[in-house]
Amino acid sequence: MSAAIEVDRIFKSFGGLHALAGISLMIEQGEFFGLLGPNGAGKTTLISIIAGLTRATSGIVRVMGHDVVQSYRAARRSLGVVPQELVFDPFFTVREALRIQSGYYGIRNNEAWIEEVMEHLDLTSKADTNMRALSGGMKRRVLVAQALVHKPPVIVLDEPTAGVDVELRQALWRFVRQLNLDGHTIVLTTHYLEEAEALCGRIAMLKQGQIVALDTTQNLLNRHSGCYVTLRIEPDRMPGAWASRLTTRLEGGAYRIALKDYDEVESLMAALRAAHIKVQEMEVTLPDLEEVFVQVMKS
Amino acid sequence: MTGFYTLFYKEWLRFCKVSVQTILAPVLTALLYLLVFAHTLREHVEVYPGVEYTAFLVPGLAMMAVLQNAFANSSSSLMQSKMTGNIVFVLLPPLSHQEFFLAYLLAAMARGLVVGAGVFAASLWFVDVPFAHPLWAFAHAVVGSGVMAALGVIAGIQSDKVDQLSAFQNFIILPLTFLSGVFYSIHSLPPLWQTFSHFNPIFYMIDGFRYGFFGQADVSPWLSITIVTSSFFALSLLTLWLIRSGYKLRH
Repeated sequence: MSAAIEVDRIFKSFGGLHALAGISLMIEQGEFFGLLGPNGAGKTTLISIIAGLTRATSGIVRVMGHDVVQSYRAARRSLGVVPQELVFDPFFTVREALRIQSGYYGIRNNEAWIEEVMEHLDLTSKADTNMRALSGGMKRRVLVAQALVHKPPVIVLDEPTAGVDVELRQALWRFVRQLNLDGHTIVLTTHYLEEAEALCGRIAMLKQGQIVALDTTQNLLNRHSGCYVTLRIEPDRMPGAWASRLTTRLEGGAYRIALKDYDEVESLMAALRAAHIKVQEMEVTLPDLEEVFVQVMKS
Repeated sequence: MTGFYTLFYKEWLRFCKVSVQTILAPVLTALLYLLVFAHTLREHVEVYPGVEYTAFLVPGLAMMAVLQNAFANSSSSLMQSKMTGNIVFVLLPPLSHQEFFLAYLLAAMARGLVVGAGVFAASLWFVDVPFAHPLWAFAHAVVGSGVMAALGVIAGIQSDKVDQLSAFQNFIILPLTFLSGVFYSIHSLPPLWQTFSHFNPIFYMIDGFRYGFFGQADVSPWLSITIVTSSFFALSLLTLWLIRSGYKLRH
């Protein structure tokens, strides 16, 4: 079985700038894959190369086994892309836009599927509204629908929730998760790391055009052993040695302390007891993807 | 085929939805030219023996409308799509290079021919124009619109901004059409300008087209159609090569 997306030593430079500096990556069929990185890391450039919107300087990309340059038609048929920019064609209504998009993929009489997609994305009431008259969130939904008209096995969403309200975000994730369960491969870029943590099985982190971390979400989280203790104390002062530990003061006066492991909780408690300090509130948490991300980007 | 047909249909819908601007406005402009020029020059100019100046002018104006509108359609559609970013809707699907080219080409030719037919039909209210060899007229209109539609695709791909496209339109297309013999026979020009005119492919489009009406022209219609058809194939090959290379479309 061919990989859903295979990226093999991709380089891309714009003039003197190296946007991608030798990326290799294999995304298997059925995965829910996250592509994370700060702005300018090369996520959108990589997606554009996969989609055939940009040509790589060197290297090969295959979608479902089809080279995106040599066999561009088969590759594009296998791929649905939700672009980051909020683009639309002002001449058409939602339904017309979806019919036309189906036609580009060689599909006639796609009404049943178009209705279903519109239903899932809560677009049915706007079906005959001109694209120009839609709000930003609605236009975003149409972009998602346009990417799905040809039921592509591989779906790429480039920051689909940027500037989108909570309701749509949740509806969108329910729908995308369902598509993943139905066997579609999903590739997602987002700045909301909690979304990536909740949805993605595997994650690649990009920095300056290179992959700096590539692992399952669980392994990435495990990489950073240890935990965090958040506490509020009375009197409000940290005892001796703990005062010099890397401690964050949160809003409202609570302390947040990074611990190497759970055993340290015990010694922290002992130190507080010895200094006659009472614990008013305490919470122990595991690191989340955001912490992992920050550490990976720092290193 | 469905991909090609859909893109053609989309382009057709695009100009039909704004037909006041894309069809009616150019027809009206051509009629104004006809009224003003015919009124002021009718008494003074006889280009071909036995042909009234007003009648002489009609095929030139109709062909100018065909050519300018064919160019305007493909160039502005592509440039606007690039500017607004919705070009991705046609770059993401599996349309072949040929489908992409043919759809933009044929839709632009269709608009040119519709506007040209409109100008001609409207002129017939005011002027009697003979129609000696309809096939010659038709052949020149079709192939000529193809040349300008292909040129429009090139200009649309090349331009990133409105002013780049309008420079193309105002400094290349407009002078070439105006200096092609729309309003006069090139035999009335000084010898140097006559020589220049022979390097202007649009001159052959207008001249060959006019032969279809009056059975007389400045050069043989066979020469005209040969030059226009050769230009069409050369430009088509160039345009296809540009599309295949991804020039200014797939960065």
